Amino acid sequence: MKFLSQLISGISLGSIYSLIALGYTMVYGIAKMLNFAHGDVIMIGAFVVYTACVTAGLPAVVGVLIAIVFCTLLGVTIERFAYKPLRQATSLAVLITAIGVSYLLQNLALLIFGSDTKQFSSVVSLSAVTLADGQLTISGETIVTIIVSVIIMVSLYLFVNKTKPGKAMQAVSEDKGAAQLMGINVNGTIALTFAIGSGLAAIAGALLCSAYPALSPYTGAMPGIKAFVAAVFGGIGSIPGAMIGGIVLGIIENLSKGYISSQLSDAIVFAVLIIVLLVKPTGIMGKKINEKV
Amino acid sequence: MAMLEIRDLNVFFGVIQAIRDVSFDVDKGEVVALIGANGAGKTTTLHTITGLLSAKSGSIHLDGKDITKVPAHKIVSMGMAHVPEGRRVFASLSVYDNLKMGAYTRKDKKEINDSLEMVFSEFPRLKERRNQVAGTLSGGEQQMLAMGRALMSKPRIILMDEPSMGLSPLYVSEIFEIIKQIKKEGTTVLLVEQNANMALSVADRAYVLETGKIVMDGKASDLMNDERVRKAYLGA
Repeated sequence: MKFLSQLISGISLGSIYSLIALGYTMVYGIAKMLNFAHGDVIMIGAFVVYTACVTAGLPAVVGVLIAIVFCTLLGVTIERFAYKPLRQATSLAVLITAIGVSYLLQNLALLIFGSDTKQFSSVVSLSAVTLADGQLTISGETIVTIIVSVIIMVSLYLFVNKTKPGKAMQAVSEDKGAAQLMGINVNGTIALTFAIGSGLAAIAGALLCSAYPALSPYTGAMPGIKAFVAAVFGGIGSIPGAMIGGIVLGIIENLSKGYISSQLSDAIVFAVLIIVLLVKPTGIMGKKINEKV
Repeated sequence: MAMLEIRDLNVFFGVIQAIRDVSFDVDKGEVVALIGANGAGKTTTLHTITGLLSAKSGSIHLDGKDITKVPAHKIVSMGMAHVPEGRRVFASLSVYDNLKMGAYTRKDKKEINDSLEMVFSEFPRLKERRNQVAGTLSGGEQQMLAMGRALMSKPRIILMDEPSMGLSPLYVSEIFEIIKQIKKEGTTVLLVEQNANMALSVADRAYVLETGKIVMDGKASDLMNDERVRKAYLGA
């Protein structure tokens, strides 16, 4: 029963990583850049929920909706002013800018909210479910996280594969020039990708802080890096890869915590990443298409 | 008034000038070839026309409308399609999805389906392979897909960049048959080719580009018999 319980909370944590990893992987796929400020957008999202629900006393759903809108606009703004001017620049310049944006967001939060850790109140009102004669308890947060993540992942999959803007995203990620010749607005598509990724980050932030209720300006940093690992693990640029990578990472992390050592769990997670990349450098679902020339 | 009017075009890559004072016209219903050696500026010219590159000076008019500064993604809905060099099909999408991409700016579902049927009847092989991922097609099939994809936008003028490059002789003649067919259906074609022989055989007129400048122009049949052209480009 302990194993099952660890597994389920691992899937739940992993779903949050997946939601964050989707932002990394979609942006990488379309704009060919690593948006290292993505983790901090999660933290901003959580602070917006905190301000709306705890400070202003609004209902949780309203708080989360405000956070989604806020982060979507934030993501588009960051792209417009920090990354778009660097479209022709070297990838190193873009990477350094992304790290700069990350520090900017952390320090803005520090300035506004202070450095002390806030007690986040859960956005989930579902109570825990007890199964198997009281041997297995699953928290409401865990259940909601898994359900919300599944709904988001299915919708995102349908959006990317079945709708016109989704197809445009695939075309842009493959060949920007050819996509433009089809009449696709590349800048608009990149902005849309940032909007979606950042909106998902807001949801991830609310779910993450509901499960682990300590909120500080640095809350987004570690989950951000782990989600990046998950994206690489699954094959950066691949949407199903990010989903699978995140969940696998969450399970490994939780099982290591439960059975090996909670201090070593992060080390184990990164060790697994190194092994996977040694064996399969493109990640689990990494794209490898045999192109005839 | 010519359908496509290029006037005094100058294009730079950094400090290097790729195109110098290039001017030419393409009339409605014509096939015009732009021939020249590797690096003469043929692809650069096409990229500048469709907005993938921007000109330092000069003008481009389509049906009398200035499109010099129009961004690339707005060109196709103005009736001009571009089949890029190296085909550049979307390798991970299916043949069908690639063709649908070609109709990205069009709204009417029925008309899009009519175009799809038209492309399939012109390229039966694409119909056979409609669900196959484009990256697994042969070079000649990819070229057909790139042309079919361009036709899906229902263009009035179509720019083709080296459609014969890297293809087997059998495919080369098939591709040129298709270009003749496209002309017959009333679509204007601006054709860039290194294979000057083939290009001059389908074209009405041609311009010869040398290190970014137009050095000669005239009726394709005249150029074919011109001593300098024969020496430099036709291997005679």
